[in-house]
Amino acid sequence: MKLNAGAVTSKVWMGAVFLFLYMPIFTLIVLSFNASPMVTSWGGWSLRWYNELAKDKEIISGFLLSLEIAFLTACSSVVLGTLAAMSLHRFKRFTGRTLFAGMVNSPLVMPEVIIGLSLLLMLVSVQRLFGFPDRGVGTIWLGHTLLGMAYATVVVQSRLQEMSPSLEEAAQDLGCRPLQVFFLITLPLISQAIGSAWLLTFTLSLDDVVLSAFLSGPGSTTMPIVIFSRARLGLSPSVNTVATLTVAVVSIGVLAASIWISRAERKRAAEMAAAYRAA
Amino acid sequence: MATNPNPKPATASANGKPFLQIKRIVKKFDDVFAVDEVTLDIQQGEIFALLGSSGCGKSTLLRMLAGFEAPTSGQILLAGQDIVGLAPYQRPINMMFQSYALFPHLTVWDNIAFGLHRDGMPKDEIATRVGQMLDLVQLKAYAKRKPHQLSGGQQQRVALARSLAKRPKLLLLDEPLGALDAKLRERTQLELVGIIEQVGVTCVMVTHDQEEAMTMATRIGVMSEGKILQIGKPDEIYETPNCRFVADFIGSVNLFKGVVEVDEADHVVIASPECRHYVSHGITGTEGMEAHVAVRPEKIAIQTEPPADAERDSLAEVGFNMAQGEIKDLAYLGSLTTYHVRLDSGMVVKVTHTNAARRDSTNLTWGDRVYVWWCGSDVVVLTQ
Amino acid sequence: MATATHSLHDKLTGAWGRTLVISVPMVFLLIVFLLPFLVVFKISLSEMDVVFFKDVLVWKDDVIAITLRFGNYIGLTQDSLYLETYLSSIKFAGLTTAICLLIAYPFAYFMARSPADMRPALLMLVMLPFWTSFLLRVYAWKMLLTDSGVFNNIAMALGLISEPIKMMNTPFSLVLGMVYTYVPFMILPLYANLVKMDLRLLEAALDLGATPWQAFWRVTVPLSKSGIIAGSMLVFIPCVGEFVIPELLGGPQTLMIGRVLWDEFFSNNDWPMAATVAVVMVLLIIVPLALFNKYQAESTAGGRA
Repeated sequence: MKLNAGAVTSKVWMGAVFLFLYMPIFTLIVLSFNASPMVTSWGGWSLRWYNELAKDKEIISGFLLSLEIAFLTACSSVVLGTLAAMSLHRFKRFTGRTLFAGMVNSPLVMPEVIIGLSLLLMLVSVQRLFGFPDRGVGTIWLGHTLLGMAYATVVVQSRLQEMSPSLEEAAQDLGCRPLQVFFLITLPLISQAIGSAWLLTFTLSLDDVVLSAFLSGPGSTTMPIVIFSRARLGLSPSVNTVATLTVAVVSIGVLAASIWISRAERKRAAEMAAAYRAA
Repeated sequence: MATNPNPKPATASANGKPFLQIKRIVKKFDDVFAVDEVTLDIQQGEIFALLGSSGCGKSTLLRMLAGFEAPTSGQILLAGQDIVGLAPYQRPINMMFQSYALFPHLTVWDNIAFGLHRDGMPKDEIATRVGQMLDLVQLKAYAKRKPHQLSGGQQQRVALARSLAKRPKLLLLDEPLGALDAKLRERTQLELVGIIEQVGVTCVMVTHDQEEAMTMATRIGVMSEGKILQIGKPDEIYETPNCRFVADFIGSVNLFKGVVEVDEADHVVIASPECRHYVSHGITGTEGMEAHVAVRPEKIAIQTEPPADAERDSLAEVGFNMAQGEIKDLAYLGSLTTYHVRLDSGMVVKVTHTNAARRDSTNLTWGDRVYVWWCGSDVVVLTQ
Repeated sequence: MATATHSLHDKLTGAWGRTLVISVPMVFLLIVFLLPFLVVFKISLSEMDVVFFKDVLVWKDDVIAITLRFGNYIGLTQDSLYLETYLSSIKFAGLTTAICLLIAYPFAYFMARSPADMRPALLMLVMLPFWTSFLLRVYAWKMLLTDSGVFNNIAMALGLISEPIKMMNTPFSLVLGMVYTYVPFMILPLYANLVKMDLRLLEAALDLGATPWQAFWRVTVPLSKSGIIAGSMLVFIPCVGEFVIPELLGGPQTLMIGRVLWDEFFSNNDWPMAATVAVVMVLLIIVPLALFNKYQAESTAGGRA
């Protein structure tokens, strides 16, 4: 069905898009080893900027704070996302379902400036009335969870849909009460989706600029905020080093996960084939 | 029917009442009646099949027995106790799902033990019971495997073992052989019945496959559009269908439309455009009434010569139950040959002829003029 | 008739359990998502008072005075700059969406038609940039496009140009940055849709006499409509309110409403004005947003058999 010209176009197009996607990353990595302080004029290979990074208190403290918030966000997003996904999947009719679905899905596309501003204004109003909360880690966490929950719901919900409904029915038939069904059957089967949702929301939180900017307080400067302020002013080698390290960590992580998953899939397929041959 | 070394007769339970009583069950989805006033009695130890095509309501009825759907109205009494208000996990009923629904993250052993753990059975008892179940389905060597490491037939046996592990009062089978291929199906039908009868559990199964129902069940209930049309043993349903739908649904049938000419206590004569029918039993009806005469294809003889008077059941039949026509189509199927004969009146009649002798089938071919005839005791008169 | 026992466990798992599962996320969303919008709307109807805004509801001398100040909204309509900015944002967002679609559709198509064992690897390669920080990748374009940046340096070194081409802080750099960031968002729904498409439908079309090109336009494209809509919404709606990319890569000619909102809040300290800008922005995107929600509901309607 494919003509030769089609196969060539396919490879060329995909190659071009991949080039487009990866070129900036590649540039970031190469230039992080640039000896010259003028970021874009090459001065030879050097690790000086990595040494500088190790002494860069602002970035390091921002990084640790971001890690903390990301961890908290991932946990809360996954819990709320799973509850939301279960609600939407299991209960086809309840009061306010359309509103609920709309609220869960909208943060996926809603511009962050709107979410940030509105959440901040509300928190400020609450603070005026009750005296708390002060803006800081907690408020950033709240905003990130809203966003993270939207993503987590999508991931978990799609996995729930793939799962055969008769599994939960079979569990009930064999004597499981609904809560037990969830913990013994549903949860183990969606565990992989929950894991990916956790990682996804972790990354999202780690990387978030706008929400953090609106919702942060004195002393709660996250790493993306630091990087953003530096980037606004101009080019800075420290940004390149952070970028390279980030890319390195993420690539290794994603690669390892992919290899692990594909190996597991291949093993599983082989086992199934063996079973059919033997029977 | 399955061959059975120790046949267990269908018996009523100890107090004389049927084991499972379904009383006027109705299930409405919005404005549609999925199940429309079904009343049914099932005896202890029997295998009862609900037979019908998709959408007839049989699966809905089964799910109501299991507890996954609540009836709009009606009662279900199991050993005298109304179970309608009980959740699935409170009922002494277990189901084998069409897709088997084996838990993919548990081993065969854990799958079977699952229900026993929920009951709080002591560990050593669980071990004994699971061992018994594995022996029953002959899968002892596979205890540590996960479902994806098993073939389709093996998965089915695990599903069966799991549904019997708790010694339920009632076993439900949802299209038990639907997921298997044809060759495996045949073998499994009899194995399945053997195991169920060995255990002695009462069983209700749902299927759209006539052969499955006829092979496995002690009694069949034919369903259509939410209603049960006829209940009876396989031979009763086949040989004495009570309406045209059932006659047509089970196997093939030739239906002659006619008018009752003579209505006596021991015989009836019905006139139809194809021929005049002599029926050697009485019917509830009157002269002048419209009726259908149903004749199964295998009951019809086909030959080039007219039948001799001596071949008939009784002399009173001479001249009846016979027609002439031309062979329009034939299909040689090995063990039998199917003929489609266009009668002079225009109706096409289906005749099946067993090739009992090797050269049986070579006589007739397309275009041959033939006589088709049958006996008055081999027909059923249908007034519905 | 047997009665079910009503233990605490049963209570938790019966109707009560259901209510609990639904209400926890529901209450969270009502407080953190819906309530803020109402607050924003309220604040947009007030004006800034030295440090804080003047409240809409004031309790004074045993009287509740509700003052709705429409000054902000009127100011919005009177100042043509706001209108221009809104239109400009929509324009850029639309342009970005169109370009993303043009790039992503063939890509997703080719990826979906690749050999099955290659697809997970390809998918991973597409997702990898998504998982690395978007901020850093946008920053990378600054390095590439600026006057003394990588592209210009290499071009001058090769003798292709004698003077640096101004690529930075232009509409070009803005759209480039937005396309770059959002292309994966367009690829994924398209790919998900195309990979599930029944190829036999195409074979049937070819069998009935269609050329591959006709089959593509009359069968493939219409069937991938939901993917196109989903991808377009995932790109268009956030692009309208984008802030980071216009800030880093945009310039004086790239009016984007996200920046206006930010400036009103952080630079002018005019919260009510920022709120007004936000309200109007929401009104702008409400139709695409509704479309997106409808798509989400439909794609998850498959659900339970």
